[in-house]
Amino acid sequence: MTTEDFNRVSRRTILGASAAICAAPAATAAVPASAAKKPGAQGLLPVTLKVNGKHLHLDLDPRTTLLDALREHLRLTGTKKGCDHGQCGACTVIVEGRRINSCLTLAVMHDGESVTTIEGLGTPEKLHPMQKAFVVHDGYQCGYCTPGQICSAVAMLDEIAAGLPSHVTADLDKVRFSDAEVRERMSGNICRCAAYSNIVAAIRDVAEQDA
Amino acid sequence: MAECDPALRIAAKPSNAHDSARLHVSGAAGYVDDGAEPIDMLHLAFGQSEEAHARIAHMDLSAVRAAQGVVAVFTAADIPGANDVSPVAKDDRLLADGEVMCVGQALFLVVATSQRAARQAARLARISYEPRAACLTIAEARASSSFIEPTQRMARGDARAALSAAAHRVSGGFDIGGQDHFYLEGQIAIATPGEDGQVHILSSTQHPSEIQHLVAAMLNLSSADVTVEVRRMGGAFGGKETQAALFAAAAALAAHLTGRPTKFRCDRDDDMIITGKRHDFRIDYDVGFDDQGHILGLQLRLASRCGATVDLSPAINDRAMFHVDNCYWLPDIEIVSERLKTHTVSNTAFRGFGGPQGMLAIERIMDEVAAFLGRDPLDVRISNLYGPGRNVTPYDMVVADNIAPEIIARLRREGRYDERAASIEAFNAGSAILKKAIALTPVKFGISFTTTHLNQAGALVHVYADGSIQINHGGTEMGQGLYIKVAQVVADVFAVPVSQVRITATRTDKVPNTSATAASSGADLNGMAAHNAAMTIRDRLTAFLAQTFACAESEVAFAADGVVAGKEKLSFADLARRAHMGRISLSATGYYATPGIAYDRSTHKGRPFYYFAYGAALAEVAVDILTGEHRVLAVDIVHDVGRSLNPAIDLGQIEGAFIQGQGWLTTEELMFDAKGRLLTHSPATYKIPTASDRPRHFRISLWQDENLEPTIHRSKAVGEPPFSLANCVFSAIGRAIAAISPEKRSLPPLNAPATPENILRAVRGYRD
Ligand code: FES
Ligand code: FES
Repeated sequence: MTTEDFNRVSRRTILGASAAICAAPAATAAVPASAAKKPGAQGLLPVTLKVNGKHLHLDLDPRTTLLDALREHLRLTGTKKGCDHGQCGACTVIVEGRRINSCLTLAVMHDGESVTTIEGLGTPEKLHPMQKAFVVHDGYQCGYCTPGQICSAVAMLDEIAAGLPSHVTADLDKVRFSDAEVRERMSGNICRCAAYSNIVAAIRDVAEQDA
Repeated sequence: MAECDPALRIAAKPSNAHDSARLHVSGAAGYVDDGAEPIDMLHLAFGQSEEAHARIAHMDLSAVRAAQGVVAVFTAADIPGANDVSPVAKDDRLLADGEVMCVGQALFLVVATSQRAARQAARLARISYEPRAACLTIAEARASSSFIEPTQRMARGDARAALSAAAHRVSGGFDIGGQDHFYLEGQIAIATPGEDGQVHILSSTQHPSEIQHLVAAMLNLSSADVTVEVRRMGGAFGGKETQAALFAAAAALAAHLTGRPTKFRCDRDDDMIITGKRHDFRIDYDVGFDDQGHILGLQLRLASRCGATVDLSPAINDRAMFHVDNCYWLPDIEIVSERLKTHTVSNTAFRGFGGPQGMLAIERIMDEVAAFLGRDPLDVRISNLYGPGRNVTPYDMVVADNIAPEIIARLRREGRYDERAASIEAFNAGSAILKKAIALTPVKFGISFTTTHLNQAGALVHVYADGSIQINHGGTEMGQGLYIKVAQVVADVFAVPVSQVRITATRTDKVPNTSATAASSGADLNGMAAHNAAMTIRDRLTAFLAQTFACAESEVAFAADGVVAGKEKLSFADLARRAHMGRISLSATGYYATPGIAYDRSTHKGRPFYYFAYGAALAEVAVDILTGEHRVLAVDIVHDVGRSLNPAIDLGQIEGAFIQGQGWLTTEELMFDAKGRLLTHSPATYKIPTASDRPRHFRISLWQDENLEPTIHRSKAVGEPPFSLANCVFSAIGRAIAAISPEKRSLPPLNAPATPENILRAVRGYRD
């Protein structure tokens, strides 16, 4: 396992070199980059996250959400920002095995914890079974909710396997996979394109493979 | 216009997955917000109006300018050219100039080192307003005769006389709510200054050309200086047809004035407050009919809240009028359409574009007639359908492709309508609190932009010397599967696998002067344009092969296992290389304009549509009359897609549209307070359907007869038509409430959306 310092390669700075090359025309370059008032380096907190198997160290403004830490600082932009309020599920990632709305939690609260994002589940060349099932069943249209749906679905199946009941579980001693369970448990992940039938079909497919 | 080459008409093929399938599921599909940010990128936020209607007496922005991270603050005075982000009427300001017309309107633009800094600083402005009288609702605007354009009238025959002569006559009315798009990817744009004053804009937009033109006029540039690009959108649904321009123009202005790249990523709540929505409507009707329920005379008033500016409201309200007939013959009819100007956000395009509201009006009238006569509503609908000798719309277009009767008959049979209606009646007789109902409603949706000149498209196809193919066209991808449909069309022309075709981002520097990807027209127009481009290249290759191998052109054939020329056979890659060596141009543009349509707006007569897409849906619902809650228990759909270009994608469109329509009519409610502030500006208070709202039984069948018109492979448009299938949910809820007093011969006063509150109001109103 490697520890990398990502502070110097945040999304904000990664293109620094190329930005300097395409300098703006003189007439409109009213505001040089250095003139902006920048918050001081004080007040940053060190955080170590194990993201997709890699230990990563960050110094973060303590107000930084886990979502912004992933997208803005670690350049893991597969996780989407839909509402930034914990109401749409687009930002779902898996922290210590549990799904979580990453916009609704601060990165510093997860110091030392392990985070799995959509990029950590699989890649276009080597898809996770849930990702494959979403392709087979067309479980998306615009794709914007998809990374969140998939992370949520993977962790949700684990919840059922662990016997955690939901609002629609009839017998608390027998938590079983069913379409009704999936619809209930996935209702925190909004799909405005409403690809719900195909999403449920994809999840069912994976659950049956596992069974 | 030439029909597609009949030789190309291949038997049904397996549906290709969405072009970005593997990228979507692995988080590797890039949206505007996902690229790396240059070190000097600046972030933007608007200062927003807190008043619905006021003169701006003074703006003190000193605290905004002094805030940490702020680089610049711009007002209307800083705009070098036109302060205009409107599609047609030139009345949408990028930044308010002296007057505000709705809450949330952009007053000034904050440019800062981060989005947070920009948004925080924007709140520090001290604005003094001189409030003016504001009309917020349809009723208020009507009382003060506030319109965005003159009231329109579409009529045939003598509705008044037919009403007086009819055996029965009923009048009534109801309200239809608006709808927020809630595209999961919010509004966003990135502008990058280029050399010599040029600007490049990455925008989540359905209409790159419009943004190009607006930005050029705003910055005193030519269109050639401005490039707009969009690879994909995270949903749009009409909400990025005109509304994306505000954010793209702001980004371009700030990039132009600071010389630095800028990003405007609108916050979700701000987005819901600032951007326009589906029009809410007030419907009033007076209908005359005979004992069988045949409608003989109809006077109908459609009044819509257009908001503060014109936007696309004229065309949207026209489309509402065009869809009042839905599938029905209405001999003597007068439709009056009022387009009301209010001091609320300017309402805009949303899947269906006014059509759903028009159709919901006539479906309500069908239910009203059925209730009055005590007949089954489906029988009343069927007796009013278009048919031989009664097939002309109120705007004088002949309905030549009417398949509604067959579709309805099939759904009635396969969905066991009569059997279920009988068992529901028995259920209701024994159930005082839970009431069930079933309803079947049809859809006929006109395909074409009703503004005739918009019905054109361009495409660009390159064949490279290695045999790979690149395509580009004016259509934009928002999840509807347009890119893969067009790629398949091009792959079929050359008989190569679709994987050999590289789809590229929509860009104004590749295909110019495009129309918005809207009106469900994306695949019809761009598919045909791309087909024409590819055919140009194939014709050149055919001539080259005939010459090279000394055979007739008729002896040349493109097939999956290679290209045949006389006795020779070679791979497509080999052909491309040889053609290049033979100095044959392997690049072509293609163009298509929909034939045969013409419409006179001054009389509201003509043929605005190339063809119609049809469908029908059957919903069973249960309503709890004590709590007002309801559940959609089962839905069956038969929907017409012509000869589908991609059945899997079309099924997804139908399902998605239905559920979005169901949300519009049941849970999605926009609430404004007395000052014109939107109260439902986040998904916490605005309820979009979730996986658990999807009906448990949900069956969709495709009606796959060829389009009568020679569209691309005889397919039909599918984006918008199925949205109105959800009208059956609203009808069924009304009928379930009516079951509390089966002896009554009227309809409960139900308004849309059928929220628990509205259902309880209807229950109470029906009992009184
Ligand atoms: S972005 Fe986190 S829940 Fe919407
Ligand atoms: S695929 Fe578009 S929001 Fe789910």
